[in-house]
Amino acid sequence: MSLNIIVLAKQVPDTRNVGKDAMKADGTINRAALPAIFNPEDLNALEQALRIKDANPGSTVTVLTMGLPRAAEVVREAIFRGADGGIVLTDRPFGGADTLATSYSLAQAVKKFGNYDIILGGRQAIDGDTAQVGPQIAEKLGIPQVTYAEEIIDIDGKSVTVKRRLEHGVETVKAPLPCVVTVNGSAADCRPRNAMRLMKYKYASSPSEKGNLSEEVKAIVDARPELNIQEWGAAFVEADPQQIGLPGSPTKVKSVENVVFTAKESLRLDNNDEQIENLIKELIANHTIG
Amino acid sequence: MADNNNLIVYCEYDEGKVADVSLELLTKGRVLADKLGVKLEAVVIGDKLEGIESQLFPYGVDVVYKVEDKRLFPYTSNPHAAVLINLFKEIKPQVCLMGATCIGRDLGPRVSSCLHSGLTADCTALEIGDHKDPKTGTEYQNLLYQIRPAFGGNIVATIVNPECRPQMATVREGVMKKEVRDANYKGEVINLDPKKYVSDADFVVEIIDRHIEKSKINIKNSPIIVAGGYGMGSKEGFQQLFDLANVLGAEVGASRAAVDAGYCEHERQIGQTGVTVRPKLYIACGISGQIQHVAGMQESSIIISINNDENAPINAIADYVITGNVEDIVPKLIKYYKKNSK
Repeated sequence: MSLNIIVLAKQVPDTRNVGKDAMKADGTINRAALPAIFNPEDLNALEQALRIKDANPGSTVTVLTMGLPRAAEVVREAIFRGADGGIVLTDRPFGGADTLATSYSLAQAVKKFGNYDIILGGRQAIDGDTAQVGPQIAEKLGIPQVTYAEEIIDIDGKSVTVKRRLEHGVETVKAPLPCVVTVNGSAADCRPRNAMRLMKYKYASSPSEKGNLSEEVKAIVDARPELNIQEWGAAFVEADPQQIGLPGSPTKVKSVENVVFTAKESLRLDNNDEQIENLIKELIANHTIG
Repeated sequence: MADNNNLIVYCEYDEGKVADVSLELLTKGRVLADKLGVKLEAVVIGDKLEGIESQLFPYGVDVVYKVEDKRLFPYTSNPHAAVLINLFKEIKPQVCLMGATCIGRDLGPRVSSCLHSGLTADCTALEIGDHKDPKTGTEYQNLLYQIRPAFGGNIVATIVNPECRPQMATVREGVMKKEVRDANYKGEVINLDPKKYVSDADFVVEIIDRHIEKSKINIKNSPIIVAGGYGMGSKEGFQQLFDLANVLGAEVGASRAAVDAGYCEHERQIGQTGVTVRPKLYIACGISGQIQHVAGMQESSIIISINNDENAPINAIADYVITGNVEDIVPKLIKYYKKNSK
């Protein structure tokens, strides 16, 4: 049995490796100082998708991402690891979207894509940690959701059985297809790039990227459909302009502050035995410890 | 049916006991409802809910909605979402709060999507205030300020939902303080007919197996916490924090970076996306002090920071700063504690 699998992926700034130059003096984010990466839990989702494909020959894995045109990078990365192809949902009117406008836009793209059996995505993206887009897409498509997935245990043409990792335990659930499954970081790591695929797909490009290719390479891409990463805009997915981008976002950012801690007068100690022993004695004397 | 425009808290429970995070939100909800001059409401969805209101009223709850059906426990997404969506269409709350738990973070987005109401995840503070739209100049009074660290904890954003209702927010356990308003407070109970709020077709996801364990880790209530960050260097390096914790009778906590690096389990994570703690002593080892971590521990009575970097941000809020290698200093703390304690 072959299945059509969609993997939702996001290109995110690597907020886990924020250096001292990540914030500008005026308190805004210095995006240039942050590398853009494949959202980690979306890689966990990709692995689950590729495992389904491995077990069910003839299945397809399509990556769907929304962002700037450069998000084609995550599609290409997914192709190197085993995905069949991908779509970049990109258009100016999508900009400034909160989670609700984002999920509406992605749901429209899924509808345009049409025939799908299961949608997999990471539990949450590290630049917002909201975990909202997966469930919201499920609601917009009118299909069930399974969040906090750690492993897809079984899938047939009708249903999927999923092990979920919750705060204090595990739960195994069975959901009918199609449905949305969001995958935890505790799930299996994604397989690395495949050297053969890297060779075969190294020129895979989106229309925006093709402009920067040499004529020679462009001719190669044009001649081979599998090297073309699709780019879809708002009109193409028939998005209602009032439901995307800023106008479609009920939440507004009122203010953003670069937080400055209220500094205490700290007592500075060196790594010296006498000072450390005195600290311990003080903490024992005032009943903080002991 | 009761009146509209109130503040409602979705309450979770297990084995007949309402979850702490729900009681914490009721405590905060009462304060916010007073500011707004509206009622505080609670909704409990599940099975065997007899008498559960007695746990809620002391927090100043005016109305408890109960929706009882055998199939509504344990929680599954669609049926609980259906109940809230249909209930909210009827009672039109202006604010809805939920715990940022596996349940709240599954349920909230589904409800907000259907009602097209904004939802802010993992708020660290909630306030009531006014807002003027910078573009249209429209002024709004008494909105819910949903305050949360963003961008990996490097900034703090205040989010508002000017137009859409309910204004929804999730909050992690421990962020708000749980406090009884009045032990004799009495509200009203409204039992809702589940058939009117959820249909058989909503029960699509079947729970095959469920193993929920009582957590053995209790960092939230530990008076002393030894916490480690990415600076511990390795899982093995992190282990020495357990030695110090054992000697001091403390619990071990961790920053997100340490958890992401696999040094310890997620249950120990302190911060915006983990637990918020207020111990009398917090020993931060190799923790740089991103906002998202500090948000979860800054109310500790005494903070000791041990770090190689004398300019680590966390040092600014520490009472004692020890500059040096954690692996040298921790054994000294153990040694001198053993020497000086009885």
